[in-house]
Amino acid sequence: MKRLCVFLMLLSLLIAFSVPSLADGHCMDELGCVEVGPDDPVVIGAMLSVSGATSFYGEDSLGGIELAINGRDGMLLGREITLVVEDSLCTAEGGQAAAQRVAADETIVGVIGTTCSGAAQGAMPIISEAGMVMISSSNTSPSLTNDDRDAGGTYLPGYFRTAHNDLFQGAMGAQFAVEVLKAGAVATIHDGDPYTEGLAVVMANTFAGLNGEVVFQGAVSKGDTDMSAILTEIAASGPDVVYLPVFVPESEFLVSQAANTPGLENAIMMTADGSFSAGFAQNTGQPAVGVVMTGPHVAGEAYDEFLMMWADEQPGGTEAPPSGFHAHAYDAANILMDAVEAVAEEMDDGTLVIGRQALRDAIAAVENYDGLTGSLTCQEESPFAGDCATGTALAVFEITEAQVNEGAWPPPIVWDLSMSMMDE
Amino acid sequence: MFKWGSDDFSWVDFTIDVLRVLIVLGVVVGAWNTLSSGRISFAQWVNLFAAGLSQGSIYALIALGYTLVYGILLMINFAHGEVFMAGAFSTVFLAEALNRTGFLNEQPLLAILLMIMFAGLVSMSVAILLERIAYRPLRGSPRLVPLITAIGASFFLQYTFRGLYGSGFKAYPGVKALQGVIQIGGVSIPVVQIFVFCAALLLMLCLYWLVERTRIGKAMRAVSENKEVARLMGIDIDWVIMFTFGVGGFLAGSAGVINGMFRPQGVNFYMGFIPGIKAFTAAVLGGIGNIPGAMLGGLFLGVIEAIGPNLVLAGLGIPGANQLKDVIAFTMLVLVLIFRPQGILGERLSETKA
Repeated sequence: MKRLCVFLMLLSLLIAFSVPSLADGHCMDELGCVEVGPDDPVVIGAMLSVSGATSFYGEDSLGGIELAINGRDGMLLGREITLVVEDSLCTAEGGQAAAQRVAADETIVGVIGTTCSGAAQGAMPIISEAGMVMISSSNTSPSLTNDDRDAGGTYLPGYFRTAHNDLFQGAMGAQFAVEVLKAGAVATIHDGDPYTEGLAVVMANTFAGLNGEVVFQGAVSKGDTDMSAILTEIAASGPDVVYLPVFVPESEFLVSQAANTPGLENAIMMTADGSFSAGFAQNTGQPAVGVVMTGPHVAGEAYDEFLMMWADEQPGGTEAPPSGFHAHAYDAANILMDAVEAVAEEMDDGTLVIGRQALRDAIAAVENYDGLTGSLTCQEESPFAGDCATGTALAVFEITEAQVNEGAWPPPIVWDLSMSMMDE
Repeated sequence: MFKWGSDDFSWVDFTIDVLRVLIVLGVVVGAWNTLSSGRISFAQWVNLFAAGLSQGSIYALIALGYTLVYGILLMINFAHGEVFMAGAFSTVFLAEALNRTGFLNEQPLLAILLMIMFAGLVSMSVAILLERIAYRPLRGSPRLVPLITAIGASFFLQYTFRGLYGSGFKAYPGVKALQGVIQIGGVSIPVVQIFVFCAALLLMLCLYWLVERTRIGKAMRAVSENKEVARLMGIDIDWVIMFTFGVGGFLAGSAGVINGMFRPQGVNFYMGFIPGIKAFTAAVLGGIGNIPGAMLGGLFLGVIEAIGPNLVLAGLGIPGANQLKDVIAFTMLVLVLIFRPQGILGERLSETKA
């Protein structure tokens, strides 16, 4: 009898904890709710790389988020918006630490971030476990939206991104190399980051699948300035295309030093969105002319207006966005805020109740969202679980004199998937 | 050496001897495999060596700052990488301006000299302020205290410069006179690498002359020898220490410009961190506190880094050998600390100095 009593007591406790709706009366959500008091602000989190060598990526996204908030005059559902920024660095440990701080704050409705795919791998388990949502504006590693653990997937519910999946980008690079550049041999370089490594692998595999030969697969370290050793080795392998989807400034060092490496005079350098910034062309100088790069194709009137807004308000004190994912961050923040608006319920006492599962569902249901980065539809099936960008908003660009000498950006588009001879 | 069964036998010595043999064996086998495969031609080896020498001379210039300060104060100025960054980052704007007006390509030598002077002065001021504000009040405190302060100062400087100039990457403009290659016996060596090596060598000779042939140099040596006795001889110790920091700073700043000619990209507030650590390694390699040691250590480190991965690691079949460049550098540091703690040129330090 006593045992039964204890059992029933434990059971009722369990029910009370697992279904907070019964406990407080407001919340009917299976993952719990965020409650915003009548005079409290709506708190949005951001986990970005805002210190260290990659801080300009974080500042780029942060500017996009701030402009999205300013676009609503800083108000959501009649309440002020507060943005809490945690530094997730560009490492798994940094992402983990930032996510722990975010998860400990019960007032945060959702998070924009992380900046780097590596940081997302550390952050995702904690954010998902806490029932929260995270929308990244610049993670592109394929593993993040893949739930097949055997294939290295790390997807967990609550994760979304407005950046494109590198399955598209890497394949696109390979197709361009084969169809347009008529390349027969490729060398790939990554820097150990899951993003760069994933991209290099996808490119190499697709290239090999198109009957190309992968003659060299190697890596540099972040922070390297002297690339002569790896370039010498690459020159010895004789590639037509050198695929280097690494970040700046490593890509700048690679391209400028390749120009002086005997044996690489005729090889075409191809990079990706990690180097997609006006600074890449200007810093690399003359050797950048002729470099082809895959990157987000963000254009249109809305984007031009966005850039003017940036120049006016200068978030972070910069006149122009320092990197290429500000528009994705703007869209991510708006998707999050729209979803909050859609699911929040106002109680009689003026308290806002935002169901966590409802918020996830609302974001997952986003369809044909007209964002700066194109039409966004969030998918649910692995390997694209949580992917909101389609991959069609990508193009191949070629750097010309105008990018190097006049700072014009973005470079002219030379190819996109609609020009491909192959069916997807 | 040890003898079996003797009382002197120690496992530590034995392990170290085994390690010694293994390392030599690894280097020999790796080098043999690489060289016999003929994967990399003689001309390419010379190119790697030349690039390493240039990189090494930049390490050496920074390393001198560590060694000068250590020689006189027995402290490691871990903010020295940031002193390098201060000069390099500030001068990138001057370089851009000189490039816009066309002066940089009309009078390259004069323009570079101007840039070196400017960078040297900026770094010198930063180093002197650092000494005055962060280190002097702590003189005489336990040795850990200024070390921690140096790390704090390093962060302070990084984020101050980020606040001043932003977090984006900048690059030095290309100098036309330094582009192109010189043919030496069928091997083409970039002009810029020869320039870097010569400029660094010139600066080192100046330093040598300063320390060995001038009154202030004599004072520096005296203070390094024994501060109290130097004071009794009428030497203004505070002034000498400040001067030493200034000289180290000037060398670091000029290294910033020379580095900008050699590796123009990657200029930002964080750029001093890795060269700082590498230069510290170079200073220890050569024997910290020893001026020719720092020069030699820097050159040695640069060359080992450039050649090591391709020669030894690739030959041993280690994948991603080039990514392990830093491993080679820091393994060298560990090996030197095990087998020759005083460094290549360092003398055995007395109790007070070690």
